[in-house]
Amino acid sequence: MSSAIMSEDSIQTPARAKRWHILVFLLPAFVIYSAVMILPLVETLRLSLFNTVDGQSTFVGFANFQVLFGQERWAADFWRALKNNFIFFAIHMLVQNPLGIALAAMLSIPKLRLATFYRTAIFLPTLLSFVIVGFIWKLILSPIWGITPFFMDLVGLKAFFAPWLGRPGSALIAVSLISVWQNIGIPMMLIYAALLNIPDEVIEAAECDGVTGWSQFWKIKLPLVLPAIGMVSILTFVGNFNAFDLIYTVQGALAGPDGSTDILGTLLYRTFFGFQLQLGDRSMGATIATVMFLIILAGVSLYLFGIQRRVRRYQF
Amino acid sequence: MTRTTLKCLLLASSMLGSAGLAHAEDVTLTIESWRNDDLTIWQEKLIPAFEAKNPGIKVKFAPTAPTEYNAALNAKLDAGSAGDLVTCRPFDVSLELYNKKHLADLTGLAGMENFSPVAKSAWTTDDGSATFCVPMASVIHGFIYNKDAFDKLGIAIPTTEAEFFAALDKIKADGTYIPLAMGTKDLWEAATMGYQNIGPTYWKGEEGRAALIKGEQKLTDEPWVEPFKVLAKWKDYLGDGFEAQTYPDSQNLFTLGRAAIYPAGSWEIGLFNTQAQFKMGAFPPPVKAAGDTCYISDHTDIGVGLNAKSAHPEEAKKFLSWVASPEFADIYANALPGFFSLNSTPVKMSDPLAQEFVSWREKCKPTIRSTYQILARGTPSLENETWVESANVINGTDTPEVAAEKLQKGLDSWYKPAK
Repeated sequence: MSSAIMSEDSIQTPARAKRWHILVFLLPAFVIYSAVMILPLVETLRLSLFNTVDGQSTFVGFANFQVLFGQERWAADFWRALKNNFIFFAIHMLVQNPLGIALAAMLSIPKLRLATFYRTAIFLPTLLSFVIVGFIWKLILSPIWGITPFFMDLVGLKAFFAPWLGRPGSALIAVSLISVWQNIGIPMMLIYAALLNIPDEVIEAAECDGVTGWSQFWKIKLPLVLPAIGMVSILTFVGNFNAFDLIYTVQGALAGPDGSTDILGTLLYRTFFGFQLQLGDRSMGATIATVMFLIILAGVSLYLFGIQRRVRRYQF
Repeated sequence: MTRTTLKCLLLASSMLGSAGLAHAEDVTLTIESWRNDDLTIWQEKLIPAFEAKNPGIKVKFAPTAPTEYNAALNAKLDAGSAGDLVTCRPFDVSLELYNKKHLADLTGLAGMENFSPVAKSAWTTDDGSATFCVPMASVIHGFIYNKDAFDKLGIAIPTTEAEFFAALDKIKADGTYIPLAMGTKDLWEAATMGYQNIGPTYWKGEEGRAALIKGEQKLTDEPWVEPFKVLAKWKDYLGDGFEAQTYPDSQNLFTLGRAAIYPAGSWEIGLFNTQAQFKMGAFPPPVKAAGDTCYISDHTDIGVGLNAKSAHPEEAKKFLSWVASPEFADIYANALPGFFSLNSTPVKMSDPLAQEFVSWREKCKPTIRSTYQILARGTPSLENETWVESANVINGTDTPEVAAEKLQKGLDSWYKPAK
């Protein structure tokens, strides 16, 4: 087919002017993207293969990776961070996305009053800075000044209150839920938009066939928004495996207690920049960053080639 | 247009600048520092005192924000535009500057004899051969208590471990006050105010610290595990939900009068004086049995060194000798209660709480935090690990023995004591 076009071109306009404007228009995006994304990425990958030997930066091959996976301390820290990161991701997938879908479904009910208000209110935390969210929740959950113990006392549940952020068993769940609270607006908005895109004819046809209420949601709407849910999932995956800021503001760089909230982002930060008396180690930091990049790449590829191609799309 | 304005401005400023230097021979020394809180103290008290005695030398205090100091200083030193005098962070950060030949060797400086080896340890090479900064100030650990609460409950100042816990029991039984204001959320509180505060008593200060560095003692030995065991007992005396209590929470609990005892560092004195509405006192870490030698953590925190590329090394050395003098110590320690001069000559301070802290130097043996020298520089850093494990011990996540074992294992993974 391409040869057909080419031959047609060569017949009609043999000396056609070169289309420089395409290059010119592509150039700014290409330059900026290369400078702020591609170059740092390549440089990080390169740095992970180098280390300082006798004060000189030397090519060491995969020695840094050997240290990361081979030395007991490094490996323990890394696997713990990876495990925590998967729990962090799982909580988002199990709580944030189903809740987001539910909220979107409720918002799209035509009879709902104050829909715009709810939409704005639920989306608002997403616009807040991590620092503010972290600080607010630390205060809300504080056993000393927090309002949580007070409110729980009012309904007679004081006995169930615990300093969740300070216990190794509950800290990661608590931080994950804070993150869910902050980010739930994004799946809600995306799925809400997808729901609004469903043509009325489809819904009317369903109603004519007697498919209403819950079964309408499960059988008609949900399959139609499945591509949007897939996209939300992959956004959640990438976001969670790059997460750092909320944990840093709520639990500090050591991601305590006992490293129970340490995820790949905080491990990378501590390694690369150092913390307190620990000096930064740029090579090992780059090594962790490279592994993070590979994990995210693997996850996204799995989605693109394994799932997205099988998701059925409906054309209206 | 803007160009000419700029030129005029530059010209004017250079002329004004030179006009300001009344005498042609006047030398201006610039001090790099992260202590921007101290700017007025330098400008109003310290610099005038020096200039009055040393005509011909002008001093300028030029602080940077604390978080940017290390990076900014490194950049300036590399570019050769750093000030003549450089405020030194303790241990490895400054040692690196010395190794890179940015800081001059000050071992033979007049006035250096005013400092003990412990005071100089933060700015001395590992083999002890060269000292490259004049020690300026340290912070001392101990306990600050609510005097009103102690009077009301009829508690005497505890001197031994048993008395300490008896006092805590009494406060707890009464129920008005939280016995100890400390949390484990920020981790470092547990390590710095807990482990490093009471620890020296058990590992015998410098003796144990040196043995640890030489590899003669291990963190799993009894003197190093025992402070963890004592710390584990603190758990019952901390406030509700101490696991999520942060450092500012602890400060507020104490200054609001809701807690009786605050495991402290002397840097709190300035803040507590302005915030607390009750009388305060302080006592050193209790000893194991009455009559034992007491040990305190007198941690070296700030020093000042000479930029190796300074154009006026002689004048700068004159200034450094003055910093090493009792006169400087007196002005500095009184202007900043809680930051104590490291000078061997005792300084009389007007602040009673600060005076109480510093008086322990006469009866107790001082040491520095065990994890700071040499042992913190590898990965995992012993200091950072100690934060995590101290909190774990108080939270009950780890037993003292397990915590000590983890620390030793982390240290063994990179540190080989020099034979």
